[in-house]
Order: sequence, then C-alpha cells, then structure tokens
Amino acid sequence: MDPEAMKLLAIAIVMGLGTICPAIAIGLIGSKGADAIGRNPEAAPKVQTAMILAIAFAEAIAIYALVVSLILKFV
Amino acid sequence: MNEISLRAEEIFRIGSWPVTNALLLAIVSLLVLLSLGLIIKRKINLVPGKIQSIFELLLEQILKFMDSVLGDRRLSEKYLPLIATIFLFIMTSNWLGLFPFVGPVGLNLEHNGKHSFVPIFRAPASDLNFTIALAIISLISINLLGIFAIGFKNHFSKFFNAHKPFPVISFVGLLEFLSEFVKIVSFSFRLFGNVFAGEVLLLIVGFLVPYLVPLPFLFLEVFVGFIQAFIFSMLTLVFVAMAIKHETH
Repeated sequence: MDPEAMKLLAIAIVMGLGTICPAIAIGLIGSKGADAIGRNPEAAPKVQTAMILAIAFAEAIAIYALVVSLILKFV
Repeated sequence: MNEISLRAEEIFRIGSWPVTNALLLAIVSLLVLLSLGLIIKRKINLVPGKIQSIFELLLEQILKFMDSVLGDRRLSEKYLPLIATIFLFIMTSNWLGLFPFVGPVGLNLEHNGKHSFVPIFRAPASDLNFTIALAIISLISINLLGIFAIGFKNHFSKFFNAHKPFPVISFVGLLEFLSEFVKIVSFSFRLFGNVFAGEVLLLIVGFLVPYLVPLPFLFLEVFVGFIQAFIFSMLTLVFVAMAIKHETH
C-alpha cells in the first residue's frame, strides 16, 4: 500500500473510531436530559443549560479527532 | 475552492514580526469592543437607553451565573472583569469570523516565487496561537488569584507536601502539577478545534450548495461561537472558584 492511500485510510479510521464514544456520550446525555425534563418540567431551563454544556464537552473529544485528521489531511 | 490552511497566513511584516490575518481580525474585534465600551460609557444614564439596557441585562445574567458557581455576589463582582473579558472577547471574535467579508476578501501575495490567494481576515480562534495565548492567560490568572486569595503557602500546598520538615513533591502533587499543563492543552484545542472545524464545514457546504443550504450551518456556527466562549469563561470561573477555596484538612 502506498503512503498516500495509507494516509487517507488513517484519516478515515481516526474520524470513524474517534466519534464513536462522543456519539454514545451525547446520546446518553440527551436521553438523561429528556428524562429529567419529563420528571420535572419546571426545571427545564436548568437541565437544558447543563445538558448543552455536557454535550459541548463530549463533542470536544470528537473535535480532537477532527483536528488530528485535519492535520493529517492538510499538513 | 479556497485552500484550507491550518496555520494563519502572513499578510505583512513589521520588522521581523509577522502580522497574520487572524491577528488582524483579533485587532478588529478588540476595536469593536473598545468602541462599544466608549459609546456606552459616554451615554451612560440613570434611566437606561436601549443599548445600555441590553448590556445591563447581559451583565446581570453573567453575575447571576457567577453567583451560582461562587455563591457570593461580592466574589462575583471581584472576578467579573476576568471572566466577562474572556467571554466577550472570544464571542465577538468568533462572531466576527462568520461575517461574509472574512473568507473571500483577500490579496494575491507572492511567497517564495509562488502566487497565492490570502484572505485578509480569518477567525482568530482558528489560529492555535490565539487559543494557546488565551489558555495561558487564564491558567496564570487562576494561579495568581489563588495565591492572592489564600496565600502563597496554602495555594502551593496542593502541589507540595508541606507537613514534612522540607517540602516534598507527592504523587498527588505531581498529578496536580501535570493537570495544569493538560488544562492548557484542553482549553486551547477545544476552542481551536471547534472554530476551525466550523470554518472548514462552512467552506465545504458553501462549495457544494452555495444558496440557502449553508444557512442552518451558519446558525449552528453562531451557536457554537457563543457556547465555546461560554465554556471557556465558565471553566476559568470554576477553576478560579476551586483555587480561591482554602481547604482545611
């Protein structure tokens, strides 16, 4: 396999594997948040703020993978 | 399609100091904030006008949020300048980076005998230097505020075991020490990654379908710009709150 193909493969693997865990995390956060809002609708604004914050943190991990793959692609 | 470059391109040099396009937009966002501040300062009134009420509302919201972390209005007002500055600066620079004049307006520069198109503006946070500088500033101020609040010895007792005859670095202290550097990395890469990924996403979507379809993505980027500024300042706030608390064993 030539280096260029290997590089493209590496980019795809980094993105594919790196987004699995953040996807699970965001799903869990969303389901728990919907649960909490369902139980206590008055607390919806507070739950939403915490939910969006937690989602942003989980998303940051996928963004790290994205940065690595962008570096691989463009540098 | 524009070429995507990971590093900010150089526009011109002052002496041997390169001025990049990200730096130019950072200066623009500083000017925007400065002029807003001056306008509000000149028109300040006991009965607030339109702009003043918007900013009073914003300030009140930030203070209320800081209260929920620090638990004391006096402390919130003390640390408001640091937190609000970080928040406003990152948010303005992110939002300025979304304006239509940022990508396409540029110069054709000759570099090493090669002509290339260089945009004059670029979102500052899509340059790693900007975010690392902000992360280092926030880390230094966290440690300094900790020292001022609880004293030099108390603050550094989390790194060193001060109960022994001479200070020894413990295993937990070593981990704490390492985590300070990890904080810099996570702070800077989170902001850089989000903004840079947004730029690339907008560029690619705009290239595929130029009309209407990029709109939801633009809205997403406006939201991400706000959320990332909020997260950066909130994490600084949480670490400050941890640093100024004196733990008694």
